[in-house]
Amino acid sequence: MKITRKDVETVAFLSRLAMDEAEMDKFTGQLNAILEYVDMLNKVDTEGVEPTDHILNLKNVMRADEAKPSLARELALKNAPEQEDGYFKVPKILEG
Amino acid sequence: MAYEVVIGLEVHTELKTQSKIFCGCSTKFGAEQNTNVCPVCLGLPGVLPVFNAKVLEFAVRTGLALNCEILPFSKFDRKNYYYPDLPKNFQTSQYDLPIAVNGYLDIEVNGKTRRIGITRVHMEEDAGKLVHAGTINKSDYALVDYNRTGVPLLEIVSEPDLRSPEEAKAYLEKIKAILQYVDVSDCKMEEGSLRCDANISLRPEGQTKFGTKSEIKNLNSFKAVQKGLEYEVYRQTEILEEGGRVIQETRSWDDGRGVTLSMRNKEQAEDYRYFPEPDLVPIVVDPDWVEEVRKNLPELPDARKARLMKDYGLSDYDAGSITASRAMAEYYDVAVASGAEAKAAANWLMGEVSRLLNNSGQLIETCPVTPEKLAGLISLLDKGTITNKIAKTVLENMWSSGKDADTVVKEEGLVQISNEGEIVAIVERILAANPQSVADFKAGKERAIGFLVGQVMKETKGRANPEVVNKLLKEHM
Repeated sequence: MKITRKDVETVAFLSRLAMDEAEMDKFTGQLNAILEYVDMLNKVDTEGVEPTDHILNLKNVMRADEAKPSLARELALKNAPEQEDGYFKVPKILEG
Repeated sequence: MAYEVVIGLEVHTELKTQSKIFCGCSTKFGAEQNTNVCPVCLGLPGVLPVFNAKVLEFAVRTGLALNCEILPFSKFDRKNYYYPDLPKNFQTSQYDLPIAVNGYLDIEVNGKTRRIGITRVHMEEDAGKLVHAGTINKSDYALVDYNRTGVPLLEIVSEPDLRSPEEAKAYLEKIKAILQYVDVSDCKMEEGSLRCDANISLRPEGQTKFGTKSEIKNLNSFKAVQKGLEYEVYRQTEILEEGGRVIQETRSWDDGRGVTLSMRNKEQAEDYRYFPEPDLVPIVVDPDWVEEVRKNLPELPDARKARLMKDYGLSDYDAGSITASRAMAEYYDVAVASGAEAKAAANWLMGEVSRLLNNSGQLIETCPVTPEKLAGLISLLDKGTITNKIAKTVLENMWSSGKDADTVVKEEGLVQISNEGEIVAIVERILAANPQSVADFKAGKERAIGFLVGQVMKETKGRANPEVVNKLLKEHM
């Protein structure tokens, strides 16, 4: 699979990352190099091998349904760049 | 050209757990903004979610009630998108291995039963709430409350099997009834604990290929589901008739204006870049446990309806209305168990009790007259202690006073008068005062007697036994 410049543009948009022309070219090349390297894995015979869904050999880690105290609101809002009336204040929302 | 309507619904329901899906914050509705939040649901760096076991139980119960297959191996995935109501910039959801798949439910519209496929049921977390200063387009900022973030949700996705807005409404009503029966959600549409989005497209009749669909959001009541989809059928028909092309987009139902409005264009396919959630380990359900949950499922709406029809001889309509809500069905069963005659109980529940509930804006759950007390009223009626007309007055009195029927009847002196001696004097007085009606009756106008009965009833404040009154009137004319 080859990453095109268009793919990089799309991913950058989806991730809300701004980049200039030179960066686009640079990342297109770098991403392709990474994918080519990882592509080696495709040569391994995985017949009969179960997919790894999680790197830890654990399942069903759960907690009982009990409500615990929450964070004090002042603390919750403490690092917010802006707040108003106990709300987080965010910039105008533009539909994509 | 005639078009066939194709609809699929995505229903989101908030589960009634005590705590959120991945943290211990309370799920209580209506708390002050940003008071039910913690580092986990706020998505602060370095925190780890831990799955709430109750959510799994509720999801399996729902899946089984919807005739789904429970997947033995299930996992969570991250759905990535940017919106300020999502503090982590991804929603923890399920993608390729949801908890339940391949189910169905039956709906009935215009006497016809149709089976609607259920593609999947998956578990996910709810997002926060945006409060806009002014309208969404005009304000230059928004305020966010993250209390709802992390409240457990089930998303129930139907197959595109629905063929009319009416069927979509019936399907949603059935989903609501089932969720209430299995007791996993309050299903309060007005509080957002049951929400619905619809995919709808049109295709020329006979064509198997689907047309281009639009996704309708903000269908927040049963009426809105039907009205919104009816509008969309109209809109898409107009476009196709004029030789146009429906574009794939998300539209929002504006209940006030009665139209759907374009929100965003979906020509560029959504790309949520799902990937497995590394912070949560897989869920492996024990088939024995699933069977245990299945065994403990309560009687579901269809079975309950069939039972009421079979055991009590109720009509399809009455049995359907009573069992549409679990609380109503339970009220009915208790009334009958307390001695109320089955058909009379159905009539009173569907009639006077429903009327008083509607008038006072209450739900059956908070009905001031208990089913035991309603049974008491019905038995007084059965025994002939009170007349049907008086019974309605007694019910209203019970409603406001909380007293039982016996007490109200005794205190207010409402016992039916069946003693001929007591009624005959009144009958004679009424006959003497209405010679014209008497003459009409004698001249063959059967209906004239109705007026005379009415006069006697007025005189006795409705307490006279109508049969006795009828008999005496005829004897004394």
